[in-house]
Amino acid sequence: MDITRRRLLALLPAAAVAWEFVRAGTPELSPNYKTSDHWWGMLIDITECIGCGSCVRACAQENDVPEGYYRTWIERYHVTDYAIERPHVESPNGGKDGFPLDQDPSGKNFFVPKLCNHCADSPCTQVCPVGATFVSPDGVVLVDKNYCLGCRYCVQACPYGCRFINPKTNTADKCTLCYHRITKGLTTACAEVCPTGARQLADLKNPKDPIHEYLRTHSVQILKPHMATGAKVFYNGMDGSVR
Amino acid sequence: MQIPVQGFMYPNEVELQWSVLIVLYPFITGLVAGAFILASLERVFRVEAVKPTYRLALLTALSFLLVAPLPLQLHLGHPERSLEMYLTPHRSSAMAMFGFVYLWYLMAVLLLEIWLDYRCDIVVKSKTEKGLPRLIYKILTLGSDVLTERSLRIDERLGYFITLIGIPSAFLLHGYVGFIFGSVKANRWWSSPLMPIVFIFSAMVSGIAAVMLLYMLSSRLRRQQIDIRCLDKIAQDLMYTFIIDFSLEMLDLLQRIYEADESFRSLDFMVHTRLWTSQVIVQILLGTLTPIALLGLTQLFSFTDSVRKRIYALAGCLTVIGIFAMRWNVVIGGQLFSKSFLGYTSYKMGFATREGLLTAIILMILPFIILWILVKILPPWTDAESISASEEIPVHAAS
Amino acid sequence: MRRAIPAPKVKLLFKDIEHLLRLAAVMLIAVVAFVVLRAAVVPKSFGQYGHYRGDAIAEVAARPVAHAGHEVCEGCHTDVVDQKKLGRHAGLHCEVCHGPQARHADDPASIKPPLPDTGVICARCHEANSAKPRSFPQVASADHSGGLACNTCHQPHRPKIQDQAKPATGAKR
Repeated sequence: MDITRRRLLALLPAAAVAWEFVRAGTPELSPNYKTSDHWWGMLIDITECIGCGSCVRACAQENDVPEGYYRTWIERYHVTDYAIERPHVESPNGGKDGFPLDQDPSGKNFFVPKLCNHCADSPCTQVCPVGATFVSPDGVVLVDKNYCLGCRYCVQACPYGCRFINPKTNTADKCTLCYHRITKGLTTACAEVCPTGARQLADLKNPKDPIHEYLRTHSVQILKPHMATGAKVFYNGMDGSVR
Repeated sequence: MQIPVQGFMYPNEVELQWSVLIVLYPFITGLVAGAFILASLERVFRVEAVKPTYRLALLTALSFLLVAPLPLQLHLGHPERSLEMYLTPHRSSAMAMFGFVYLWYLMAVLLLEIWLDYRCDIVVKSKTEKGLPRLIYKILTLGSDVLTERSLRIDERLGYFITLIGIPSAFLLHGYVGFIFGSVKANRWWSSPLMPIVFIFSAMVSGIAAVMLLYMLSSRLRRQQIDIRCLDKIAQDLMYTFIIDFSLEMLDLLQRIYEADESFRSLDFMVHTRLWTSQVIVQILLGTLTPIALLGLTQLFSFTDSVRKRIYALAGCLTVIGIFAMRWNVVIGGQLFSKSFLGYTSYKMGFATREGLLTAIILMILPFIILWILVKILPPWTDAESISASEEIPVHAAS
Repeated sequence: MRRAIPAPKVKLLFKDIEHLLRLAAVMLIAVVAFVVLRAAVVPKSFGQYGHYRGDAIAEVAARPVAHAGHEVCEGCHTDVVDQKKLGRHAGLHCEVCHGPQARHADDPASIKPPLPDTGVICARCHEANSAKPRSFPQVASADHSGGLACNTCHQPHRPKIQDQAKPATGAKR
């Protein structure tokens, strides 16, 4: 399709203006975006995940995640009859290349996508000695890479293994819930490319967000609830063997 | 570089975050706290027998304390930002307070105590020495050469008071290092309320052992006779502290084994495989039970002085090795297992890298160089050729 | 405390604690220097919202996007949207298969995305795996196509083979 930038603008004035704004990378948040109006989380439906790895690839491309480190990853669980406490888990290359080889088809097999749980009472921000990582007013755990010391205490404190030290910046790195997208009205890269809709961005402060109805009608869990982290990534259909 | 993984690790967990340098950090601060507590024993509890080691213990504490932040500094991703720890300390962070506890301990306790104790010598030397040393001593006097009886009495009083504050401060310094690990709820190997207490006692053990060894070594280097009565007392203290330390560690272990929570199977496997040598063999058998047994023997049987000295030297060396192994097992062991309790990674120490073995060795030699310089500037013992140690002679006679 | 030093017996208290006062002065200077330094060095926006640099939020948000998002794609590629609507790939967003296209959306004329290789792309989702939900359509590609590219038979935007034979109005959803 031959379409010029001008034609694009002519075709879709509103969308194009929005797009211009998104592309501009304006340092300010979207003018209509108020941090106090949002409280972000995510919904993951394990029953829908097909382990294609699209989210892992998209995340790496969207956020320039270095090879061998993961802001999001997929685990494949294999649980035989009574071994709920001892599942066999694997995550080759974080599931970035999918899971090409089939596993033992006996027992129970399923995929679990993981990412930062954007905890409300996050242990990682608690331990940061200088205030280089924090829960933003809209509930996203962010890292200030221009202020981080690289002491790695936060990496130790995260019960979910979601943090790493970025070898390019030598600072702590993690999922930002695509903060640069969600503040401009887009969804996260992982949710954008999820073919089955297993990942949904959720705004817990927005009364119109379908998350509320979903949470009301489904049995959802969070990871490691005994850690009391206030995790905001909700899992539907999660097996008890998941950790 | 492919890191061998067994079972399942969360993908970001494979790489260890805290290296051998972070093993050194609690080891070194432990030596500081322990050496200081030994020095304070003499002053506060008036244990006359350990007097010959008082100043040496203070200088040992200082030289190790000066090195303590270096391993931390070296492992930071951005060492140039370390000042942020002082500028914007995060109150909820166990680590943020390190800077302040460290400064308090260095400035308000150790330096002050040493300065007050040495002021008399400093003032005298600022008059008798020549050239550069004279200038150094001049600066150290802060421009005041008053040595009235009253001023010395005030110094003595103040010094006593600071020692009094110093003991809880030393506990704080190291108990706090224990808290940095013990408060990480995500890590079952670390998370334990006993951690600070275990750290304090192991610190005392390592500090006492180190000062004992340094005292023996320095006496030998100076061709001075070792005050065996002093050595006996230190060795006794070492044994009792060590028994408390070992009991605490075993209490923690017993609790873990009996409770057998979700982490137990994983941690138990780790101790039986990856930590077997460093934990069971080196730390517990060689580094704890053997020295306690050796020291116990000297309490039960009467050996000749020279046999006792050898036993003490051996027990002291094993103790220091054992405590180092304990730090290793805490810091490295805590990162070898997955927080999913489903797998294990491994630690490959580099050699000539920023956080490698060579750096660690240099950092361990550095305090001794500093101590050597400190001893030159502020001799902890009265020079044999000048007044022939008026107070050392009766001590020798007594033994 | 250890050795007696012959000292002049001055009774003046000030003289006896002069060295301590000097020490106190040194410490005071250090504290003042710290306070001044702190005021000068700590970033202005620190503490604006909490114990962190307020500006950091905008800095994170300023990152340019790589995935344009399906709304932007659909603005121009209306023909594909119409196709897609008729088949089971209706809910699939463009960048699932085509990859991040923000640069293309930015300059559609000069940046042309490459055509995805169906042999690779389709298998990522549809290669049979026991961990996939049962209801999800999956095949063992070696048996299913015998090495033929998927788009030999299936049209990716509207994959069901019969669908393509029927007129557009016969769509199920």
